[in-house]
Amino acid sequence: MQELIDAFTDMREEDTARIARELIDSGTDPLEVLEGARQALEIIGKRFETGEAFIPELLMSGEMMKDISSYAKPRIIQGSVEVAKLGKVVIGTVAGDIHNLGKDIATTMLDINGFDVVDLGVDVPVRTFVDKIREIQPDVVGMSGLLTLAFDAMKETVQAIEAAGLRGSVKIMIGGATVDESIRDYVGADAYAPTAMAGVSLARQWKGIV
Amino acid sequence: MFTKPASWDKMSAAERRVARMNSWVEAKDRKFATPQAAENYRLRAQRVADLIFLKKPDRVPCLPWVAGFIPAYGGITPHDVMYDYEKLKTACWKYTEDFNPEYNVFSGAFNPGPVFDRLDYKAYSWPGHGVPVDRSFQTVEKEFMQASEYDDFINDPEAYYLRTYMPRVFGALGSLGMLPPLYATMELPFVPAFFVPMGLPEMQQALQALMDAGKEALRWATAMAEIDAPLFEVRGMPALPGAFTKAPFDIIGDTMRGTMGIMMDKFRRPDKVLAACERITPTAIRMGVHVATAADNPFVFIPMHKGADGYLSDKDFRKFYWPTFKATLLGLVNEGLVPWNFVEGGYNERLDVITDPDIPAGSIYWTFDKTDLTRVKERFRGWAAFGAGIPGSLMFTGTPEQVEAWIRDAIDTLAEDGGMAIGTGVVLDHATPENVRMMFEATERYGNYGAAA
Repeated sequence: MQELIDAFTDMREEDTARIARELIDSGTDPLEVLEGARQALEIIGKRFETGEAFIPELLMSGEMMKDISSYAKPRIIQGSVEVAKLGKVVIGTVAGDIHNLGKDIATTMLDINGFDVVDLGVDVPVRTFVDKIREIQPDVVGMSGLLTLAFDAMKETVQAIEAAGLRGSVKIMIGGATVDESIRDYVGADAYAPTAMAGVSLARQWKGIV
Repeated sequence: MFTKPASWDKMSAAERRVARMNSWVEAKDRKFATPQAAENYRLRAQRVADLIFLKKPDRVPCLPWVAGFIPAYGGITPHDVMYDYEKLKTACWKYTEDFNPEYNVFSGAFNPGPVFDRLDYKAYSWPGHGVPVDRSFQTVEKEFMQASEYDDFINDPEAYYLRTYMPRVFGALGSLGMLPPLYATMELPFVPAFFVPMGLPEMQQALQALMDAGKEALRWATAMAEIDAPLFEVRGMPALPGAFTKAPFDIIGDTMRGTMGIMMDKFRRPDKVLAACERITPTAIRMGVHVATAADNPFVFIPMHKGADGYLSDKDFRKFYWPTFKATLLGLVNEGLVPWNFVEGGYNERLDVITDPDIPAGSIYWTFDKTDLTRVKERFRGWAAFGAGIPGSLMFTGTPEQVEAWIRDAIDTLAEDGGMAIGTGVVLDHATPENVRMMFEATERYGNYGAAA
């Protein structure tokens, strides 16, 4: 397993894929292999926070994780115990904005850190956010936007969540290159996440997880 | 059009820069409506020339990059901007009347919707096509160049663009891929075969699409010239910039391989990335030289995307982004042009790299957003002029008093000895009119170098 983690954190894509397959094919529980990959991704996440890993490393980590998941998940033995999810997150890029990269990185990092994430995609209408929150009852809502024009869409979405009587049951974070504390205040969100890892920390904090 | 002096080939880069700048400042071939307009123009142009050449200008220039604010203030939508040039004209003139900006920095921000419609453009969404009518155009993140096509591109970038990239990003030009090699026209017996595909129905449709798009582009260019003419002739507003280009890594990564594509290429095929960047560098230089010369304007705008803090490690920035970007900058500088680098994101981790001693002093302008401006001033003093970018969030959510305080503090700490302008950290789409007004007023109020202490 250490060999898998080392290959993963060294960003050796082909070695990581080969070792994961060898482990599963030789009888290692696929859930254990997924847990090994998750630990590797957590190391990459920490390196990102300390400035030793960057966006390419996060993206490659996401790709390697998807590859391992696609091989492991169909081979999970029925009845195996899966780790319980830490909480539910609904995330999307707000109406009128089609940028997705930051949101996709955040989705991957939240997912591997134990959250059950529903990604609504891009250009998500206000109404869809409200309907999905009502249906899924998440703990956390994440709104992404790159354009300055996204600020009003974020504000309208928060207001609609409030008007639907759902504001008190969710914590809302916003993210995007142009977002800062003044935009958080304008939009009415609970916090802003300057990076995907900051978003994970916020979600954990809100769930009371140290 | 800039006319090169007879001694051009013998001139140094610095001499060429002075020649181009003087031509832009003097604007000898242009007519002004009044002597006052001519005086306004030359004073304002000289202010920017002094900024770039690291002399102390009469006052700190205000050089915001304003785009979507203009239609919003004028009560028109982003869709109107791209389809109704009369409404756009009215909005632009209302903005200049009400705010009295000194420089025309917005012309390049407005684009013709009908051209993209006719060509069935796939690399972007724009109002009414993929995004709502009240939203600006946005890039579509997609791999428009496949990973397997690096060699084709490296072997012949222009052929790749003509026969593979353009047919892919313009739905109406799909059959351009049928074009035979151009050198097939080298002898009389070879010429007819070259033209046979041009007669086929699908190629005729593509050629018709090119003609129609050309007509629409010309209609747009005429409208933009009608907007610009009084700004220059009556109000004496210098136009900035003159041309555009990009860093080679951004050329490959923005709308060819896409962000995901190029980031994965960094791991999977780094040698191809480097070779592709090197191959496109002469073109990146030529793009700037050709248009800036035609416009008789020395400034080449370069939006910088994928080299920002967090996007690449220091090692990867030095390996993948900087070398060919530096070569592009030096290529432009060698031709007497002034790169106008719009540094998007933070560049706090890049200051050591970009303050490269090979780049001559007084040759480039850099405008910053999320970067420590005090450190910029320390590193740039005596080397390059820079724009202190007011945060976009401040222009949108702040008060005029906060904007005034930001500008006053920036000028106090950064403007000593010249080499500094007030700019915006983002392209200004969203801002309050009061803050925009204060941005111009406060820069003038606090930025006068001749004022008594």
